[in-house]
Amino acid sequence: MAIGAKDVKHVAKLARLGLSEEEITTYTKQLNDILEHMDKLNALNTENIDPLTHAIPGHLNVMRPDGVREGLSREAALSNAPQSNERYFKVSRMVGEGEK
Amino acid sequence: MGYKTTIGLEVHVELKTESKVFCGCSTAFGQEPNTQVCPVCLGLPGALPVLNKKALEYIIAVGLALNCEINEDTKFDRKNYHYPDLPKAYQISQYDKPVAKNGYLDIEVDGKIRRIGITRVHLEEDTGKAIHGEDGSYLDFNRSGVPLIEIVSEPDLESPEEARLYLNKLKNIIAYTGVSDVKMEEGSLRCDANISLRPEGTEEYGNVVEVKNMNSFRSVKKALEYEEIRQAELLDMGQEIVRETRHWQETEGYTFSSRSKEEAHDYRYFPEPDLVPMSISKEQIERIRESMPELPDQKKERFVSSYGLPVYDAEVLTESKELASLFEDIVASFNQPKKVSNWLMGEVLRLLKDGGQELADMPLKSEDIVELLKLVDNDTISNSAGKVVFEEMFKTGKKAMVVIEEKGLKQISDKEELVALVRDVLNKNEGQVNDYHNGKEKLFGFFVGQVMKISKGKANPGLVNEILTEELNRLK
Repeated sequence: MAIGAKDVKHVAKLARLGLSEEEITTYTKQLNDILEHMDKLNALNTENIDPLTHAIPGHLNVMRPDGVREGLSREAALSNAPQSNERYFKVSRMVGEGEK
Repeated sequence: MGYKTTIGLEVHVELKTESKVFCGCSTAFGQEPNTQVCPVCLGLPGALPVLNKKALEYIIAVGLALNCEINEDTKFDRKNYHYPDLPKAYQISQYDKPVAKNGYLDIEVDGKIRRIGITRVHLEEDTGKAIHGEDGSYLDFNRSGVPLIEIVSEPDLESPEEARLYLNKLKNIIAYTGVSDVKMEEGSLRCDANISLRPEGTEEYGNVVEVKNMNSFRSVKKALEYEEIRQAELLDMGQEIVRETRHWQETEGYTFSSRSKEEAHDYRYFPEPDLVPMSISKEQIERIRESMPELPDQKKERFVSSYGLPVYDAEVLTESKELASLFEDIVASFNQPKKVSNWLMGEVLRLLKDGGQELADMPLKSEDIVELLKLVDNDTISNSAGKVVFEEMFKTGKKAMVVIEEKGLKQISDKEELVALVRDVLNKNEGQVNDYHNGKEKLFGFFVGQVMKISKGKANPGLVNEILTEELNRLK
């Protein structure tokens, strides 16, 4: 599977990255190299092997009991925000809509 | 041309845990903005999520209540998209291994049971909340990370009314499990709908339109009705329905297109590396199943079989968990189930509806209602006086006897007193008595009415009938 400059532009847009033409060329090559390597892995027979969903196999069910713990003060939470009004984080007016 | 409607619903429900799903911040509703936040739910670099065990137990309970299979191997995935209310630019959600799948719930449509499939139920984190101002948007992350479950139905619903019935049932079931407040007005239950039309007699589904932004079950129904008409008109003109997301405009009552095609979603899901997978054992599932309360359908059946109630009564009484337990508490000390049901369905529900209140707002306890029902039952007050007394009790929280004394509503059941009243009426209406004896038997009702009038409605109607018959016979 090969990807072209168009795919790189699409992924960059989804990630909100502005890339120069030069960078697009570089990344197209790099991403294709990675995919080529994936093809090598795909050549292996994995029929009887369970998919690995985490880097530490067999490490399961790490949970905590339900209980409230003190978080950050509002002042601290807002302290690094480029814009705020002491109660809310402020951003440019949002258009469109989000997800749930 | 006639069209068949196909609807599927996506319902989001916030779980009522004390703390958020991946951090220890409080989930309390309505607090000052950004006072329940920490590095995890603000998406600060390096912060690591840890799953709240209770959230997992709660979603398993919902899965079981909706007759789902529970995936013994389940995991979280990242759903990637950019939006300011999502600080990490990805939402921790579930993609290919949801906690629960392949379930159903039954709704009753025109007296028939329709089984609606549940595709999946998965666990995810809620986003923050945005307020849009003139000069920008303001973000509150108190809600960010509140445990959220998404319940996706199969496209089995065939009308907006069925969609409403499904939502009612779903809300009721979840309320019974006790894992959520399921309050649409507080946002702990939200619903998006997918709707498509296809010409009658054809099999292939039409293009699906997603409708969002409905804030009540009624508006879900209205929005879907609007879409049915809009899509049918377009199809009639030979137009194609555009696959898109549309927003419901509540006050004006229409839907409008809200996202252009170019922005089509590409979420690039991948396994969440910050959380390890979960393995849910059969024993754990059974433990949760055993600790689950009786669900609405089971309770309804029991109300019919052990109290001998009509199916309709059982249905209405079990529609809310609180109403059902009030019923059982009253019947425990006043064992006339149908009478109790009549009072609850008639008086209690009517007064709640008139006042726009919920059962929890009612100041009366079950024993207060029992006292009143006993007073009606032993003829201390008449049935109609009982209703007046109840209304006063409902509004003021006073006990039945107090209201009866205050209003002087105690029923007259003293025979001598009633004989005097009846004689008084007959003496004053000699003409009608003659007419009655000459065959105008309808006048009996008139005499009863007169006795009730002079007794200010307090005469025991059964005894009045009895005495009146005797007295009229005596005068013949």
